[in-house]
Amino acid sequence: MREVRLSSILIKGARVIDPESKLDAPRDILIKERKIARLERSIRADKARIIHARDFIVVPGLIDLHCHLRDPGRPDEETIETGSQSAIAGGFTSICCMPNTDPPVDNEGIVNYIYKEAARVGLCDVFPIGTITRARAGKELTEFGELLRAGAKGFSDDGDTVADNNVFRHALEYSRTFDVPIFEHPIDKSLAQDGLMNEGLVSTRLGVKGSPAIAEEMIVARDLMLAEYTGARLHLCHISTRGAVEQIRRARKKGVRVTCETCPQYFYFNDEVLESFDANFKVNPPIRGEGDRQAIIEGLKDGTIDCIATDHAPHCQAEKELEFANAPYGMIGFETAISLVIMELIDKQKMSWLKVIEKMTVNPARIIRERARSISPGTVACITMIAPDMKWKVTADTLKSRSKNTPLLGAELTGQVAGVIQKGTLKYSLKEG
Amino acid sequence: MNPKKDLIGIEKLTAEEIYQYLDLADNFLEVLARPIPIVPSLRGKTILTLFFETSTRTQISFSIAAKRLSADVVNFSQATSSVKKGETLLDTARNIEAMKVDGVVIRHSAPGAAAFLGQHLEAFVINAGDGAHEHPTQALLDLMTMRQHFGSVKNLSALIIGDITHSRVARSNIFGLRTLGARVAICAPHTLIPVEIEKLGVEVFHNLDEIIHDFDVVMALRIQLERQQAGLFPSVREYRTLYGLTRERVGRMKPKSVIMHPGPTNRGVEIDPDVADGEKSVILEQVKNGVALRMAVLFIHAGGKIE
Repeated sequence: MREVRLSSILIKGARVIDPESKLDAPRDILIKERKIARLERSIRADKARIIHARDFIVVPGLIDLHCHLRDPGRPDEETIETGSQSAIAGGFTSICCMPNTDPPVDNEGIVNYIYKEAARVGLCDVFPIGTITRARAGKELTEFGELLRAGAKGFSDDGDTVADNNVFRHALEYSRTFDVPIFEHPIDKSLAQDGLMNEGLVSTRLGVKGSPAIAEEMIVARDLMLAEYTGARLHLCHISTRGAVEQIRRARKKGVRVTCETCPQYFYFNDEVLESFDANFKVNPPIRGEGDRQAIIEGLKDGTIDCIATDHAPHCQAEKELEFANAPYGMIGFETAISLVIMELIDKQKMSWLKVIEKMTVNPARIIRERARSISPGTVACITMIAPDMKWKVTADTLKSRSKNTPLLGAELTGQVAGVIQKGTLKYSLKEG
Repeated sequence: MNPKKDLIGIEKLTAEEIYQYLDLADNFLEVLARPIPIVPSLRGKTILTLFFETSTRTQISFSIAAKRLSADVVNFSQATSSVKKGETLLDTARNIEAMKVDGVVIRHSAPGAAAFLGQHLEAFVINAGDGAHEHPTQALLDLMTMRQHFGSVKNLSALIIGDITHSRVARSNIFGLRTLGARVAICAPHTLIPVEIEKLGVEVFHNLDEIIHDFDVVMALRIQLERQQAGLFPSVREYRTLYGLTRERVGRMKPKSVIMHPGPTNRGVEIDPDVADGEKSVILEQVKNGVALRMAVLFIHAGGKIE
């Protein structure tokens, strides 16, 4: 009888960055039977598959708190399958998908569907966020308890703010019953109107209708007041303005239970890129001015901003080929996130690897109450290997996402994911595609 | 000078490039004065005017300009956006390309539409107005008219009154006037002035009566009624009271100053009828110059030959 044996993997010579244990040192990692068996300066294991990782940064599998997989509803744009492929190629082993699908994730049936489909695909963990209100209509609360029991990790009407103050108050209060976070998309519609880009000198020059920073900051102010009043856990999504960062910083000091995220597009670009009228730069909230961009980086550095999320938002090409005014908001982000992090935050020496990776692993894990898969003996091996100096060109062919709506098409980036081990199995390798 | 393929806006033009258009337009003005005002410069070229927003006069002006240059002209206008037909602007562009058109004049409600078309077409593209972004030929004909009257645009002082936020005419004029070294001021209630506009080198005023005496050129913009419905100003009546060009106000303007308006005018709102038809008004000269200026633009971008 043949012996059935799980193959082991030996990662040799990597620089291991593990925020939980504050480790930043060269280590060998031996993975056996799905778990990290040993973590030492030098390991010899004859029967293991060896990954030579001398040029790699090895980190725990990245976690993205904010993405859109368009499933169910828009298989022409993305599915759980193509989204998982894209996420894993970007180094993410866990992703939280926002519930603005068609139909929206407002009942446990859709939550079950997402888990089932993600398991069938078997690449990364996909954690559904449920809607705050039925049909995302902003009126009646969804069944938080039922949704949580099915596996929802939080609640959001992302794409829209819960405009009604009283509904949002009740959402926060009700969430306390389960101590679960409310993910808010903070933009006041009546102030933003149908603003297409940041309101500022660039929108003035281009004659494009602007969405002012105060549209975001007003809702952030309201939300922080309500979070303080109710004692609930508030997570503010895709923060993009200086005023929002400042308010969150102050609220933190007062002890308000608030966390927040930003996205690479808000610390990498400023609104001057809109001069191209490239609809792939049209996102919501809009890419802001240089002062806001600097404030976002400051917020990341001083810890006000907990997480770097992608807000991966696939859109079909035909819709992005419309006039700027008519194109939908959003850009894809899984596969370029780590490059932008490296180019803007690491290579310009604004933040250390440990600090950056903390915002892409342990911090988001804490918010959704998931275990961060730290790189330490005994934990299930979820590992992302990054080639930080590798130059690569973004092309439609190389992107795994079904949608190609990124303004970085054709751009040459630095830093790429070289491989991903999910629960002990090599699920992605740059060489093998 | 080798011009860029497209004319999308004034912002990126140098003074030399602007003068190239103006000088040639002055020459074409002479052509237009001839008994048979036609030159064969663009014979065999096909120009398409593509208007997704209603505009009788600009489309006619371009059309006449093209015909005076002996080009074949095809006019298309549809007030609805192409989106409603389920066709993207890119589809439209590809179809135009397939039909071998040499140049496209586009008017569209979306800022960036002309640039988008230009990026996707080999044919040259002339922006005839893209949302509130730019209307370069209007600004060029305005500059041409100012130069006619004052000999030079440099060191002139120009005041633009009205809805700056939503005006492509204002933007293109601000860029052009600044590039040529004129003093530029705008006057409107705060709600009609876009943020940080002073960074473009313009002075910002809100009280017309305090400043109207100080300018060589006073340009009134058309006020759109829907801005009142959007709450940007309370009533047409109050707008006229505060910002309308009335005979009384015009009486306090500089002796040799002129009044301009990109048309069509709302008589009795931003400009009174007797002022629009009065001695300071150069509104019809603007229209006349428009044909010559558009001839110059088409000629340059179509690579016309001077015989």
